[in-house]
Amino acid sequence: MTGVDDVPGRGTTPVRNELLRIEGAAKSFPGVRALDGVDLSLRAGEVHVLLGENGAGKSTLIKMLSGVHRPDEGRILMDGREVAIRSAQDAERLGIATIHQEFNLVPGLTVAENLFLGRQPRTRLGLIDKRTLHTRAAALLRRVRLDASPATPVRELGIAQLQMVEIAKALSLDARVLIMDEPTAVLTSGEVETLFGIVRALRASGVGVLFITHHLQEIAALGDRVTVLRDGRSVAEVPATAGEDELIRLMVGRDIAEQYPRRRPDTPGAPLLRVRGLTRAGAAGGPALQDVAFDVRAGEVVGLAGLVGAGRTEVARALFGADRYDAGTVEIDGRPLPRGDVRAAMRAGLGLVPEDRKGQGLVLDASLQDNLTLARLHRDTRAGFVDRRAQRREAAEVAARLKVRTTGLDRSARTLSGGNQQKIVIGKWLLAGVRLLILDEPTRGIDVGAKVEIYRLVNELTAAGCAVLMISSDLPEVLGMSDRVLVMAQGRLVGELAGPAATQDAVMELAVRPAHGNTNDQSAMEGSDVG
Amino acid sequence: MSAEVLRAPGTTSGQWLRGAVLRNGPLGGLVALVVVMAVLSRDFLNGQNLLNVGVQASVTAILAFGVTFVIVSAGIDLSVGSVAALSATVAAWAATREGLPVWLALLLGLAVGAVAGLLSGALVAYGRLPAFIATLAMLSVARGLALVVSGGSPIAFPASLGGLGDTLGGWLPVPVLVMAAMGLLAALVLARTYTGRAMFAIGGNEEAARLSGIDVRRRKLVVYALSGLFAAVAGIVLAARLTSAQPQAAAGYELDAIAAVVIGGASLSGGSGKASGTLIGALILAVLRNGLNLLSVSAFWQQVATGLVIAVAVLLDTLRRRSTR
Repeated sequence: MTGVDDVPGRGTTPVRNELLRIEGAAKSFPGVRALDGVDLSLRAGEVHVLLGENGAGKSTLIKMLSGVHRPDEGRILMDGREVAIRSAQDAERLGIATIHQEFNLVPGLTVAENLFLGRQPRTRLGLIDKRTLHTRAAALLRRVRLDASPATPVRELGIAQLQMVEIAKALSLDARVLIMDEPTAVLTSGEVETLFGIVRALRASGVGVLFITHHLQEIAALGDRVTVLRDGRSVAEVPATAGEDELIRLMVGRDIAEQYPRRRPDTPGAPLLRVRGLTRAGAAGGPALQDVAFDVRAGEVVGLAGLVGAGRTEVARALFGADRYDAGTVEIDGRPLPRGDVRAAMRAGLGLVPEDRKGQGLVLDASLQDNLTLARLHRDTRAGFVDRRAQRREAAEVAARLKVRTTGLDRSARTLSGGNQQKIVIGKWLLAGVRLLILDEPTRGIDVGAKVEIYRLVNELTAAGCAVLMISSDLPEVLGMSDRVLVMAQGRLVGELAGPAATQDAVMELAVRPAHGNTNDQSAMEGSDVG
Repeated sequence: MSAEVLRAPGTTSGQWLRGAVLRNGPLGGLVALVVVMAVLSRDFLNGQNLLNVGVQASVTAILAFGVTFVIVSAGIDLSVGSVAALSATVAAWAATREGLPVWLALLLGLAVGAVAGLLSGALVAYGRLPAFIATLAMLSVARGLALVVSGGSPIAFPASLGGLGDTLGGWLPVPVLVMAAMGLLAALVLARTYTGRAMFAIGGNEEAARLSGIDVRRRKLVVYALSGLFAAVAGIVLAARLTSAQPQAAAGYELDAIAAVVIGGASLSGGSGKASGTLIGALILAVLRNGLNLLSVSAFWQQVATGLVIAVAVLLDTLRRRSTR
């Protein structure tokens, strides 16, 4: 597959194994200098981690390598020769494949058809040779250890499986450089392990992997070297064995005293939310939710942990009225909420920061002001007319309070980095007068600096008597920020942990326990298409 | 249409010019078109002719203001031409054939337009039909009802409403005034009302709007009802100009209206659009027709030219969006 004859380990001479080299890359967009001198060297058979806060230039760098942007200055070398990557086709020809966070798969086509889209094997008559197509697809799926039939429509796959299909597609293109943009952001711990296994196998076969992640603990587990980007510059290249504290310091240019600055309340407040017997039938016959019951008190942060597909998001959406449920009650201050009524839930003081920030949280092309004031639009309206001046004032206040970094409230939400976008979604609920804020994966794809700001905000909210229900697949986060952790598995609440009993191992044991005895060892992964 | 006024340092004047053209696409296009027509035809820039252009633009523009609401909320309304004809026919039928007071007949015509829109809206919001299909059905139903009510032949429009198609003080055409009033109303609705702001949110991201407490379905009803109401006004203005309500009037006008909205910079995928842009779009179409008539270009070639203008306008707008992103 590549010209590399052996499996190179760490510390071999860079010249011999070097696949890709970037020298002094710079790129400006109107008003911003996105890249300002980036050097990077990727060897065959290494996992090179690209680390940096959002806005540090990682996306621009990836887009440069996949043919979306061209550098204003600097050079890109492949095998020591300078190359120009003008299009996705150029990148493909050079053997550079990118697994983006948003997948490029056609939902209605099968796995095999997606893998060979546009280059399906043909019979002599020019028709598509289905048998060869499926044989080749099956071989690729075995390489990525995906237990799915090539004839499965992609629509039926879960996120982790979609990712495997993307990787298989890259392999089928004989990619020598594989760029993975936060591949673990959407995966559960079990899925992450599977992914790591595949990446290690790729490394062993001589592929150079450029790996982007915000999870520092993944770096030591998988990486060989780390290049840290800050403000569009490559500020350091360190071995992956570097400590987390050092990496954070390099990334943000300052020390972050504590990663999870949760201040726990001394005394629990009055009961705010009371959920009893929440039950909803799932799409595949089994229950999506089964008899879920819990309470949340004012001033509390309650974590909701579990595997993807365990029903956490379903609980959040049912409480908030975004989805209907079949049985059970949801009460705020002892008063029951009607089912499937978002407006009633909002009137009672609920707010939902959804998992899918761009798809459900924001109107991307609308201004920051419009996004921030959307949930209180009815309150800013008198006799059908909206008080735009009040909206402007409210938006400015909350943007300042949340330290949203932007050039103006008229900019569209699309122009912001992930962290600042999330602040807008949260700000929307602050302006709506939220009393119970539901955060569904609030820090996914967000840099360390913005994460800490969001944690501080959670503290502020709870100190003011609000409550927070926090769903997160990031175990250190959910343990670090919650006062109590509820664990879900297969639509049920399977346990509650607090204090010293709340450890990663304890959570994982509860989260996977119902899966024991299940003959299908892929069940954890397949559960993900529910979530 | 939130044009970025940020001028990056170090851009050359050529880039600046290109940026300026792209930023002010629709208006720049209109100005350029007027200049070209003025150069090619001596008669174009005369006051009387310009007022004619205004009159010619008025019906399309009023229809298009209504369609702007629908397009901003990521829908489409194909029925406005038929609804315009139905509303005018009902108003004329009520006044001329049934002898109702003129003001009541007028109200009835407007109500018919609003109800037709409301029905389309109900099919879209509650029946979950694609807007294209729901309003295509209404296009056929409304046209059919107009033929039924009128028996297939034109009905004389009440003489007291003839003023709507006439001039004030012998020079200012009333259709232009109505167009201006409806344009201001549309701008007000879009920029300042709950329904208007909700339109942008729904068109930009319907799920996010719903999860932020916007009553999406009820807003859609209002949006289509407004479109029907604007169509009724356009139909009555047209009938007043023609002094009779014709059941076959305004056929195909829905496409002109959609073209005007899109030329004006709105995106068919929703979330953007302005009343001023729509007005400019309608004026561009009217200037083009009027100018080509003055130049004695055949009606066949006029259609070709109109199509090209639509394509170029939207192409420029796409480029503009890409450059400001």
